[in-house]
Amino acid sequence: MSETKTETSLKGVKNLAALTGNEAVAQALRQINPDVIAAYPITPATEIVQIFSTYVSDGLVNTEFVAVESEHSAMSATIGASAAGARAMTATSSQGLALMWEMLYIASGLRRPIVMPVVNRALSSPINIHCDHSDTMGARDAGWLHIFSEDAQEAYDNTIQAIRISEHPDIQLPTMVTMDGFIISHGMEVVKMLDDDVVRDFVGTYKPDTYLLDVDKPVTMGGLDFTDFYFEHRRQLAEPMEAAPGVVKQIGEEYGKLTGRKFGLYEGYMLDDADYVMVLLGSTAGTAKTIIPELRAKGIKAGLLKLRMFRPFPADEIADAAGRAKKIVVMDRAEGFNAVGGPLCAEVKAALYGKSRAEVVNAVYGLGGRDLGPDLARAAFDLSGPGVIHLGVRG
Amino acid sequence: MTTPMIEIRWHGRGGQGVKTACEFVAAVAIQGGKYSQGFPEYGPERSGAPMKGFTRISSEKIREHCSIYHPGVVLVLDESLVGPEDVCEGLADGGSVIINTKRDASSFSDLCGGTIWTVDATSIAIEEIGRPIPNMPMVGALLKVTGILDLDHLLGAVERDFSRKFDRKTIEGNLRAIRRAFDEVKRDG
Repeated sequence: MSETKTETSLKGVKNLAALTGNEAVAQALRQINPDVIAAYPITPATEIVQIFSTYVSDGLVNTEFVAVESEHSAMSATIGASAAGARAMTATSSQGLALMWEMLYIASGLRRPIVMPVVNRALSSPINIHCDHSDTMGARDAGWLHIFSEDAQEAYDNTIQAIRISEHPDIQLPTMVTMDGFIISHGMEVVKMLDDDVVRDFVGTYKPDTYLLDVDKPVTMGGLDFTDFYFEHRRQLAEPMEAAPGVVKQIGEEYGKLTGRKFGLYEGYMLDDADYVMVLLGSTAGTAKTIIPELRAKGIKAGLLKLRMFRPFPADEIADAAGRAKKIVVMDRAEGFNAVGGPLCAEVKAALYGKSRAEVVNAVYGLGGRDLGPDLARAAFDLSGPGVIHLGVRG
Repeated sequence: MTTPMIEIRWHGRGGQGVKTACEFVAAVAIQGGKYSQGFPEYGPERSGAPMKGFTRISSEKIREHCSIYHPGVVLVLDESLVGPEDVCEGLADGGSVIINTKRDASSFSDLCGGTIWTVDATSIAIEEIGRPIPNMPMVGALLKVTGILDLDHLLGAVERDFSRKFDRKTIEGNLRAIRRAFDEVKRDG
């Protein structure tokens, strides 16, 4: 997989923009120019569709924008539009995603290739608007592909690629593309945008194979299965997850040729010979990357495995890339409430079972936006012992 | 030119333009070919409540996605925060603190180990822009103290980026305010 390169000069780089994560994703949506967006506002994802709605008003896109009355309706309308044959999208966060709950499963069950940016935010109660991954972790088994982004650039790049991944004939499943609430959604940084026509050509025109408004090929969507066929259909729903890693890598390669930014299932940073590996998701990967060279300078062979794909879960790749390490610290930005550990660690342990002798340490960190600065990131490499450790919590 | 990363922390009160300033400086840095981040600390967004903003600028890709713990520069947009807030918290060795005040820098000599700079940004804002919003003059002072961005490049960005939101008179007032603070900011000793 791709090892991170040192990027230096920005001189002469085309289409350089100073954007927040939300602005970058709104730009990606403008360039994708979907047929339908149905959405309901929720902090910190509101800006994505708010900015996009100005593109609709200004005639910059051809999208039918549907301002609905709840997230349940947003997902319902998006599914309906997709079933009719449209390229349909929405965006949400936290409680909004929770309110979409039953419709998430309908979207995947109907094999709707909907792409939904999700800004990761904590769940109530208590009310909190800041980042953790509890919201999308709760939706991890809903039959959606799940892509995490480290920064605004990746949120932009992943949103564009997700259209191709979801609509691929071997996939035909919805995808959520996440970024960390406020840290990325509201942080301004450098984004290298693509030309509008480059994005338009990359995503192509949506030509659904099966859709309700195709009167020459009438189909039923949302039929009734009892003991006769439900099992077979659920088995079919699991199959594209097995095909997804290959498709994600192929599209990530193609995108790399176009942009110089290649994407795989994960990113390794000083990983190849690492004895001490940190595994995590999202924006904290950037902070961890600043610590690793420091540890290396002290003779500690540290490395990072940043997962990009969480669904499907790249179990074999994780075992191959990190299995030889002495210690693997898995950082969960969500509490498992299971007296065992966080959701990422459970999956990493399962991936390593029978393939690795590494000590696996689990740290839950950053709930409700609690900052993980360089000192805590450094401390995380020293953690040890069984049982979940809550890193950065008081008392 | 290679510049090591500079980390800036902004202290102000809701309504004084901390968010605008920390992001504007980042945007100007990016337009000038540098890597940069600008982000406020989001809390209950009440007018007058203490708040912080953060800006990083570097000639190399910035990987950190966390708060700034050891700023090289601290800007204090509201003098009344000195005391209630530990504005010098974590200030890096050789760091600078720029305070919006009518007083001399020598009045703050006991504040911390860093170099204290002062500028009467509120008076400048009232006189030049007609409103007591000190963020843009403080940007002018920041440029003088750090040299991190070119003044003319930044003034050009004000002309360009502000034209969508503000009338000509307001833009010219901002330009004068930034220049004046750039010229008037003074250090102790």
